[in-house]
Amino acid sequence: MKIHRLLTTFLYLGLLSHATTLHAQSSDNTTHTQSSPGFADGKAVFEHICQGCHMPDAKGATGAGSYPALTGNPRLVSAAYMAAVILHGRRDMPSFIQTGDSGPLENSRLNDTQIADVINYVRTHFGNHYADRITAQEVAGMHP
Amino acid sequence: MQDDGRMFSMKRRDLLRMIGMSAGAAAMYQAMSSLGLAAESSFKGSPTLQGAPGNTSVLILGAGIAGMVAAYELRQAGYKVQVLEYNQRAGGRNWSLRGGDRFTELGGFSQHCQFDDGCYLNPGPWRLPYHHHGILSYCKKLGVQLEPFVQVNHNAYVHSASAFGGKPQRYRTINTDYRGHVAELLAKSTQQGKLDETVSKEDQEKLLESLRDWGALDKNFAYSSGIASSNRRGFDKDPGGGLSARPVPSTPIALDELLGSRLWSALSAGEIYEFQTSLFQPVGGMGRIGEAFGRALDGVIRYGAKVTAIQQDAHGVSVSYEDAGKHGSTHKAHADWCICTIPLSILSQIPMNVSAPMAAAISAVPYAASVKVGLQFKRRFWEEDEHIYGGITYTDLPIATIGYPSSGFHSSGKGVLLGAYIWGLNAFEFTAMTPAQRIQKALEYGSQIHPQYHREFETGVAVGWHRSPFTMGCFGLWSDDTRAKHYDNLCQIDGRIALAGEHASYLPAWQEGAVTSALDVIERIHRRAVAEARA
Repeated sequence: MKIHRLLTTFLYLGLLSHATTLHAQSSDNTTHTQSSPGFADGKAVFEHICQGCHMPDAKGATGAGSYPALTGNPRLVSAAYMAAVILHGRRDMPSFIQTGDSGPLENSRLNDTQIADVINYVRTHFGNHYADRITAQEVAGMHP
Repeated sequence: MQDDGRMFSMKRRDLLRMIGMSAGAAAMYQAMSSLGLAAESSFKGSPTLQGAPGNTSVLILGAGIAGMVAAYELRQAGYKVQVLEYNQRAGGRNWSLRGGDRFTELGGFSQHCQFDDGCYLNPGPWRLPYHHHGILSYCKKLGVQLEPFVQVNHNAYVHSASAFGGKPQRYRTINTDYRGHVAELLAKSTQQGKLDETVSKEDQEKLLESLRDWGALDKNFAYSSGIASSNRRGFDKDPGGGLSARPVPSTPIALDELLGSRLWSALSAGEIYEFQTSLFQPVGGMGRIGEAFGRALDGVIRYGAKVTAIQQDAHGVSVSYEDAGKHGSTHKAHADWCICTIPLSILSQIPMNVSAPMAAAISAVPYAASVKVGLQFKRRFWEEDEHIYGGITYTDLPIATIGYPSSGFHSSGKGVLLGAYIWGLNAFEFTAMTPAQRIQKALEYGSQIHPQYHREFETGVAVGWHRSPFTMGCFGLWSDDTRAKHYDNLCQIDGRIALAGEHASYLPAWQEGAVTSALDVIERIHRRAVAEARA
């Protein structure tokens, strides 16, 4: 079983490591560090990560499947729901929680301030007008 | 006996863990290979499915490699086969973008590829390891011609923006210097008696001899400037003929500078089992495999079909689908069995009555981000100016990789480089850009390695896999935990539905995973169908 786990770990790492060993050290954004992206505010997080799938106008997109719109979407009423999805992922959407592991994707994870910032940004832009805010402490409280 | 076996496996585990910690995944993989743990592809030849019950139908969802392998074999065995495919072409992620092709990604960003004849970008898979017997066997069956894919090129670069003033270094010099210094250190330790407790005197002699050979050491077991080291790392002036014949040896990089550069971390990629020589590529682009499958399955595949629901009962499976791009146009397909190869990123959104464990498995797998950029240049300057024929440059810039074409060597025409092949955070960021911005960034970064970019660039294409309408991501990203909880549930036949694809394999992202998962599933479906016909 242990060997089995090692093997799966490798398959995961092995596939990515060749592309990431050197790669981990520099980034398109000079404020990134090796352990975490250095996005300054919620807008930056949205524009550098979220809009890849949810699109620059936050309207989502549809092909063989769909990326949900973040505008006019009733689920946005709950900032905590959004935090849960960003922290833990949902279906194909990856988890952005910082676990402290040294996995190849650890440097793509967001800290709690960035998660709170991007939620507050989305809930007050793109036609959304939610008055309540979520704090980094509240996001931190949702870690398992 | 049993105890002995357990002892051995304990030690073997410890050894692997030790190697894994000290030397990283590549070394661990090598070690596993030598211990027989990193198995070859499970492919043992395509199955011969005997005695298919007459009039039994199988509906296959997805005309990627998995779906088309299943369709090809099941049809041959006598099943009635129909395939539904979202795209207007066969292949799925097996795909080449060539001049004249159009690609519209999610969000409506459209590209019209302007590459010259013979030039292409493989947005998905681009190399075939020699031991991926399954996919190679279908190349043979379908008449897809192969040529060598160059992975390791000693004259390509390893590069770090923060080492050697950002000047790219030849793989050859870093590799030779790293080995030379390590060999010298170990030789010194041996000569100073520091290995006396672990290595016998007799073996120390052999060790020294091997270190001289392995590290290109001189007669004093030193790694120094001279013919021995220059024969590996290259000369300042190559040997020639006539009066200008005398070679000028080069000078090795000092150990501290070499270690500090961290460029040694780019040396082992080509030693990973899947990247070991020989590798192959289809002549004309990886997409040739999917195209050949599409021709072989002419009339079987319905293109432009977007699956909207999958429903089974005790007798069969009904699939609802729309014409892609025409919301509301409903069609139905029906069969006794269904093999679904739709990526989990999409399947997790499609209503389907399968058991709770399979449904949970389908929803448990996030998809990896990856981006590739193809850049066409007016001339093959990497060959003409820098003598790089195929192979890969690795860099710590966000582009991560520059891949040189493994065909058309020495031709005077244009050429297309793989200008970026990105994973992780930078893949998210490049996906979030427009295609034009991705190309611009690939040019900016790549020109730090090849300044010729500025003058020679003509046109490019860029694919961010999360913007791909037919996959919404690059490949299923399993973790140890999700595999333990969900993998077997994902691969079970659930009533009359079974899944196949790279996501249903232990070879994530590899076409071989798609092939072997398809062959595994058709054998199981066949057994069920035969048993049912007898009952």
